[in-house]
Amino acid sequence: MRYIEPHGHMVSRTTDDYQAMAMAGCQAVSEPAFWAGFDRSSVQGFYDYFCQLTQHEPRRAAMFGLPHYTWLCINPKESEDLKLADEVLAIIPEFMGSPNVLGIGEIGLNKNSRNEMLVLEKHIDLAASNDQLILVHTPHLEDKRKGTRLILDALKSDSRIRPERCIIDHVEEHTVGMVLDDGFWAGMTLYPETKCTSNRAIDILELYGNERIWMNSACDWGISVPLAVPRAAQEMKRRGSDPGQIDKVIYQNPIEFMSQSPRFTAPEGL
Amino acid sequence: MADRKNILDLYFLDARARLIDIAAFMDRVDRANGGDDFRYDAFRAALKALESGKPDRAGKVLLAFSDPTDEPILAATTKAACGAWPGADNA
Repeated sequence: MRYIEPHGHMVSRTTDDYQAMAMAGCQAVSEPAFWAGFDRSSVQGFYDYFCQLTQHEPRRAAMFGLPHYTWLCINPKESEDLKLADEVLAIIPEFMGSPNVLGIGEIGLNKNSRNEMLVLEKHIDLAASNDQLILVHTPHLEDKRKGTRLILDALKSDSRIRPERCIIDHVEEHTVGMVLDDGFWAGMTLYPETKCTSNRAIDILELYGNERIWMNSACDWGISVPLAVPRAAQEMKRRGSDPGQIDKVIYQNPIEFMSQSPRFTAPEGL
Repeated sequence: MADRKNILDLYFLDARARLIDIAAFMDRVDRANGGDDFRYDAFRAALKALESGKPDRAGKVLLAFSDPTDEPILAATTKAACGAWPGADNA
């Protein structure tokens, strides 16, 4: 089995997780910028975090033979503070030239507030102005349906944005249709309690097909499973999926999307 | 098209266990002291989707818990989601 982990917050994980992922067939990891579990007190905190994502973490992943890619932003959980958000947005271009940066992410909404919308629109402008891919976080639980709709409308309202260069992550049964119908990519996050279980993700694949869609673990400092993708692949196999279809969802599709960035190199080619 | 017997072979015991867990959860709530709670109201509304006999039960359950409004809220007063929409006056 070979797979890409397209959404993992590896700075929160131990080296044991890197080792287990590599042994399970992981060929590369992609790490969107994330909320630390507490609010950073200044732009300097973000500067250090972006250094970690672009300099330190690639070295740590390389110890296990894994190419490491990243995405930059201020997370919507910290977007109520517009002054801080502007300061963080101002330093992102300094890091965009780093060889492992694929784009802007994970941007989006958390509680669907007006300030979150303003910061989302600024991130979209930053991505469009610099020809960057976009990785979108959609809100949790009761806020997901509304937030996903607001995000799609914000992306579609900017004529520079091409849907095929944006992935809308954390889709579930009530949002995957609107994402794919609008031409965007969809990400399914495999969590034990919230977001999507493996079985539901496989159901979604059976209902919506396997084009423009991937699965990820979004492993972070919370309840999450770094090996969720290979476990889901095993469940697909148990359910009778063709090995080629499994490979497409967990390996070829992430490569297809991320290869739209010139900085991404396919591990083994298609 | 999946084979129904195979799907039941794979998932029946797991679903049965989860269903009993839900029943036990509802018994636990009933035994506990306290008043109405919007989360439990949403939970009971979501259960109706299971007996609808129509496809996309999972989507309908998710919608039963979802904020049905379309406009951004004035400001975020918390970072966390609780799993059910508390209503416009409490969002």
